[in-house]
Amino acid sequence: MSETFTFTIDGVEVEGEPGQTILEAAQAAGIYIPRLCHKDGLEPWGGCRVCTVTVNGRSASACTQPAAAGITVENETDELVDMRRGIIEMLFVEGNHFCMFCEKSGNCELQALAYRLGIAAPRYEYLWPTRDVDASHPDVLLDRNRCILCARCVRTSRDLDGKQVFGFVGRGPGKKIAVNASARLSETGLDVTDEAVDACPVGAILRKREGYRIPVGLRRYDGTPIGSDIEKGASS
Amino acid sequence: MSTSAAKPRVATVSLAGCFGCHMSVLDIDERIFDLVDIIDFDRSPIVDFKDFTGRCAVGLVEGGCGNEENVEVLRSFRRNCDILISLGDCATMGGIPALRNLVPTEECLREAYLDGPSVHNPSGRLPNDIELPLLLDKVRPAHEVVRMDYFLPGCPPSADTIWAALTALLTDKPVQLPYELIKYD
Amino acid sequence: MSGNIAQTAEQVCGAFGDDPARLMDIIRGVQQRLGHVPDAAIDAVARRVGRARVDVESVVSFYAFFSKEPKGRIVIRLCDDVIDRMFGYDAVRAAFEEELGITLGETTPDGRFTLERTACIGMCDQAPAAMINDTIVTWLSTDKARRIVSELREHMTPERLVKRVGGGNNGHPLIRAMVHNSIRRPGPLIFSEINRGEAIRKALSMSPAEVIRAIKTARLRGRGGAGFPTGLKWEFTRSASGDRKFVMCNADEGEPGTFKDRVLLTERADRVFAGMTIAGYAVGACEGVMYLRGEYAYLLRYLEDVLEKRRADGLLGRGVMGRDGFDFDIRIQLGAGAYVCGEETALLSSCEGMRGDPKNRPPFPAQKGYLGCPTVVNNVETLCCVTKILEVGPATFNMYGTSRSAGTKLLSISGDCDSPGVYEIPLGTPLGEVLEMCGGTRAKAVQVGGPSGRLVGRDGFDRLICFDDLATGGALIVFGPDRDILEIVSRYMAFFVDESCGYCTPCRVGNVLIKRGVDAIIAGRAEPRDLEQLEDLCRTVKSTSRCGLGQSSPNPLVTALESFRPEIEARLRADPNGYRRSFDLSRAVRPTEQLVGRKSVHT
Repeated sequence: MSETFTFTIDGVEVEGEPGQTILEAAQAAGIYIPRLCHKDGLEPWGGCRVCTVTVNGRSASACTQPAAAGITVENETDELVDMRRGIIEMLFVEGNHFCMFCEKSGNCELQALAYRLGIAAPRYEYLWPTRDVDASHPDVLLDRNRCILCARCVRTSRDLDGKQVFGFVGRGPGKKIAVNASARLSETGLDVTDEAVDACPVGAILRKREGYRIPVGLRRYDGTPIGSDIEKGASS
Repeated sequence: MSTSAAKPRVATVSLAGCFGCHMSVLDIDERIFDLVDIIDFDRSPIVDFKDFTGRCAVGLVEGGCGNEENVEVLRSFRRNCDILISLGDCATMGGIPALRNLVPTEECLREAYLDGPSVHNPSGRLPNDIELPLLLDKVRPAHEVVRMDYFLPGCPPSADTIWAALTALLTDKPVQLPYELIKYD
Repeated sequence: MSGNIAQTAEQVCGAFGDDPARLMDIIRGVQQRLGHVPDAAIDAVARRVGRARVDVESVVSFYAFFSKEPKGRIVIRLCDDVIDRMFGYDAVRAAFEEELGITLGETTPDGRFTLERTACIGMCDQAPAAMINDTIVTWLSTDKARRIVSELREHMTPERLVKRVGGGNNGHPLIRAMVHNSIRRPGPLIFSEINRGEAIRKALSMSPAEVIRAIKTARLRGRGGAGFPTGLKWEFTRSASGDRKFVMCNADEGEPGTFKDRVLLTERADRVFAGMTIAGYAVGACEGVMYLRGEYAYLLRYLEDVLEKRRADGLLGRGVMGRDGFDFDIRIQLGAGAYVCGEETALLSSCEGMRGDPKNRPPFPAQKGYLGCPTVVNNVETLCCVTKILEVGPATFNMYGTSRSAGTKLLSISGDCDSPGVYEIPLGTPLGEVLEMCGGTRAKAVQVGGPSGRLVGRDGFDRLICFDDLATGGALIVFGPDRDILEIVSRYMAFFVDESCGYCTPCRVGNVLIKRGVDAIIAGRAEPRDLEQLEDLCRTVKSTSRCGLGQSSPNPLVTALESFRPEIEARLRADPNGYRRSFDLSRAVRPTEQLVGRKSVHT
């Protein structure tokens, strides 16, 4: 066992181990730092910026920043919470998110974060981009309207499934999720049992014929805010 | 002010919506008796008043703006109401009507009036009738057209959500929705 | 057909040893041979270099100068920077469009010409300018545009457009460019004459630690803009563990308004390469890479030749200057139109044959850089300073500038001034004095450090150009009294929208929203609370973005507000009825009005 050290998050003393990120150390201590592109078991990505905290007063993404002895981390300040709301709202207006009929509703991490942060409507104008749907695969649907470019499918397919089904093309506002084929998802080696299918935090990648199976009220975030499992871990 | 000045007046309207949010208002069930004890309905399909009869404390707006008439009506709500509430997903984000935002206006009109499989239109022209309000290029949530004061998302927002917000507003309490009442579906 | 394409692609791959890290060169090679990079070529390249197809496609799609779609044999890229717009871009564009019979973004039906726009190509001192394939054309006018098209129609050879070459090495047979150096004020250090070999000889007479100490004693700080102490950076790289280390020269000057590295590479290439060699000696690296922006491809053959001569003279290669055990060589990596690659970790990604996405830090390049090895990344001008410090000693270098900002700094000055060009000034010179030098004293504002720097109004003209006050990579864009500040801000935001890599949310989305907000103010459709929200948004983008691009992209608006708030706020108006001024009913109904043939009764 390597030597542990301590640092503080919002004034609470937390233990860290060498090699841990701030997000991981916080999580181990039962402190939830909101995140979207991060998924346990994947290499940190640092793209969504929802987990932005301040470290000794400077902004950093908690999912990539190593925990270190004696640092002062701020997580739940009014300013940071409002910036996180801003980022979530950016993601909502950037894509075409129709929660009212989305199969992922109730189990969607983007939606759940918006609920947790108390967002009733985004402050920014909707951008209504033109994006396409790839329904070519017999078992899996790829709806780019809902994609938030978190790269979870990209990393999961590459690092856990040992394939490379997904990638990105374009840059800036034109960046979009692409598949490892000249045209469609059906031409890739994606299998319905691939972990990449479940890696999507939103409804961009979905198993076909499974929508709405869980009744409203019993879905993951219907009654329990996202992150409660981590916070519960602390009290037990 | 009118004779019932003691009671605040509430107006409601459905713009580019489906009236589902109004159904949800009615879903407050017997609590509607408590409600009419403390408010009067003004312009609203619930009481079938077609126009404002006086200044309103609260306006509930269902639906976003999809055509010029929606814009005019919403603007009149803004002028006549102290507080405007976006009621439901269509008002807060455009909702189902906004699906057409992903399709060019011309294609929408052609599908509706010329090319759709069930369309019979021997004239071969898009209708040009003053009774048909002109479509906007995109369906917009209410707050992109006028200033809105509160947002109750949901498709529809539950009766409890509406009740919680209305009673808070009418009793001068802060509108704070618990986790269970903020829903986008 | 696709067989031929695959064959061609495979040949190009072979020429680069099927090395996936050389993907930039491979794709460039394929595009040169085929005119674009079609699907069949992407497949073939992916197979040969052992990367996923989507990875190769990702790289092709990332860079502005690569294309999956067929392009004309001649691609005319009009530089669409603020400066070009100030000096006639619109008219020049119209002339090209008219003459070619196409609009911007199109290709002529005969497949001969494509007309595009591109971000700043580093010619602000001779704007409007354009790239025609790799050939630079400058000081464009409508007449010149028409002449260019009719000439090209005859010979289809952009190089032949160059009739009169610019001064200095621009006339070198391997460059032959109409580009002018416009060195207005050569200073005592960076532009002084070179004594080739002298600096390396001196460095080799010292230990690597002594070389680093000399750089530290000279108090040299990075010239790219950030001002990190160079000696410290070298020390980190030197002490990082790893058998293989690299020296990178960042010659990707893409900050709009900057062009001094162009002039250094043209006139003082030896000094730059010597600086890289010295850095290699100091940090223990054997390999150097110069990342040259794609816009400066016209300098490539010349720079390769300079490297060749240095090898021939023993200044590069095995046992540099006869020193056993110190081998050092340099290759040039050409970019392909992506501003973000000037960010040092994005530059590394690009050199590794990937999208120009910045990397997460830590680890820093000094620990884990190019190909995972400790890497020092220095700016062109910084490396020139290194060479000069070795030539004359730290004390002489220190004589110029201030105690915390030692030495001289090159400025690229353009815009509303009498003498745009490159100036070498001692650090610590007041901005107002610089404006006197270049004949820009009537300025209303100066963009110091390009759009990612700051807009300084007249109230700031007494500020000093140095690391503690106006830190700058050297771009100074002068705006005369009649310029509309918000138009400038809007153009710069458009630049950041185009150049964001799209990796992180705030930069990818936030810049689009800031640009829209600024445009609403310009259109007279913003309310006071819109500006408040816009300022909030700027704060979020600055503090949550992943790299320097997003952390500074709101600067045009943020700093414009510091000097011009009253002027900007005067354009805001609240609506007495609570209508959102950003919503324009007449515009929103226009498409339907046109389709059904009647006007709205409500507008």
